[in-house]
Amino acid sequence: MQEAELQDIVTSREDGEYIINIGPQHPSTHGVMRFVTSLKGEMIDSVVPETGYIHRGIEKMCERLTYQQVIHLTDRMDYLSAHMNNEAVALLVENALQVEVPDHVKYIRTILCELQRIASHQLWWCAFGMDMGAQTCYFYGLRDREYILDIFEESFGSRLIHSVICPGGLMNDIHPNFQKRTKDFIKYFRKKLPEYDQLLTGNIIFENRTKGVGVLSREDAISYGFTGPCGRGSGFSCDVRKKYPYSAYDKVDFKEILYTEGDSWARYKVRMDEMWESMKIIEQLIDNIPEGPFTAKMKPIIKLPEGEHFQRVETAKGELGVYVISKGDKNPYRIHFRTPCFSNLFPISQLCAGNKIADLIAISGSLDLVIPDIDR
Amino acid sequence: MEKEQLGQLLNECFPGFTIEPFRDTFRIKADAAAVHPMALILHEDDRLKFDYLINMYGIDFEDHFAISYHFESTRYGTTLFAEIAIANHEAPSVDTVSDIWKTAQYQEREIYDLMGVRFHHHPDLRRLFLEDGWGFPLRKDYTDEINVIER
Repeated sequence: MQEAELQDIVTSREDGEYIINIGPQHPSTHGVMRFVTSLKGEMIDSVVPETGYIHRGIEKMCERLTYQQVIHLTDRMDYLSAHMNNEAVALLVENALQVEVPDHVKYIRTILCELQRIASHQLWWCAFGMDMGAQTCYFYGLRDREYILDIFEESFGSRLIHSVICPGGLMNDIHPNFQKRTKDFIKYFRKKLPEYDQLLTGNIIFENRTKGVGVLSREDAISYGFTGPCGRGSGFSCDVRKKYPYSAYDKVDFKEILYTEGDSWARYKVRMDEMWESMKIIEQLIDNIPEGPFTAKMKPIIKLPEGEHFQRVETAKGELGVYVISKGDKNPYRIHFRTPCFSNLFPISQLCAGNKIADLIAISGSLDLVIPDIDR
Repeated sequence: MEKEQLGQLLNECFPGFTIEPFRDTFRIKADAAAVHPMALILHEDDRLKFDYLINMYGIDFEDHFAISYHFESTRYGTTLFAEIAIANHEAPSVDTVSDIWKTAQYQEREIYDLMGVRFHHHPDLRRLFLEDGWGFPLRKDYTDEINVIER
């Protein structure tokens, strides 16, 4: 926002109204992001999110890169859903070239994505707890997330941004220990997840601060494009894994979690239940990974056919869409990412209006925002 | 809803428009002037009910601009693409659809910020990511004299 515009807001305010800047370096914004909040006493009048502090121009950069190189920029968007972001571009290229990847790859991709979903929800859970003053959550969540990151590290050599899912398959095969360690983790986490509930879910302070706070109706959720666990908390059935199954999601049995309250509590419950569902999916697949090569035969230079291509996947935050305009070259003419956090951010003004200033932190925590995903 | 049924419906609702098959659905091609009436029919007609605007983005085709829309109907489970051509490459502008889908307000701000397409009747058309006075980086003729390092 320009200085003059900010001045306009400040001078045009009514009696008793005042402006507070939350961010760009406030810890509860989980990144560089500013909320220009106008208050009347303790009550929020409106929240204007100011984005762009870490805009890197990924879409412009991609126009000069090949499709294999684009993969490495996608995990820098939503770094907590790195595998799903990679998979979106990989699936787009495979569908455009009509390459059938081996079942081995499909199973491993699905397992990796679900592990990543659990890891993302764990980090969200511990940060959400800490935003509301429950410091212990942070240690519980990070302790258990470490097991997943170790599994990734052993197989692929990296913990946060892997770039392991590439057009045609995987960069390298899984480590021989992968199946055993994943099963050990599931066994361990099935015991630990009820502890999360004991620690935070039944807490009366937590319940009072989330129940009935930040309500978005189903119609508004659809109109805002409010997807992922946030949308499903408002009763908007938007799970791409169910609607348009990709990889091995058509082979597994899982529930789409839906709550209809639309408040912070519902968004919290959706994510807690999704962790159970993700574990169910992994358990169905982990013993049945078929033998086979870890990559399909691909040409070294990928050229997509001319025209528009798109792919939708479900990340931990919501629906990710990749749209490519190709002119038959080895790099995209135009690439666009419809990122989940971008759409999930903007209802925040409506969610916060009429609530207290402390609720802004709880509401923005319940949206699970990752700022690089908004700015790209 | 089956694909043929959707095709018939679209032909009925949009006489004179180019409707071509695309993947497992259709794509409507129209001019900039037709955006708002078309969007209203897509959203309001009880047989179509495209209430979820998944995505919209701008494309610079060097001689003209285009805006691609991707809709979904949560009632019928159908999807639809629309591509709007903006012939004026000097000062591109088109009507907003932010009064129909709330998410469009922010997607349009992003397109204005990065592509330089203006939206008529938009409630709050400010830049989203970049500073005022910056160029429009997603245009093909964009050059940045200050920040580009030549190898």
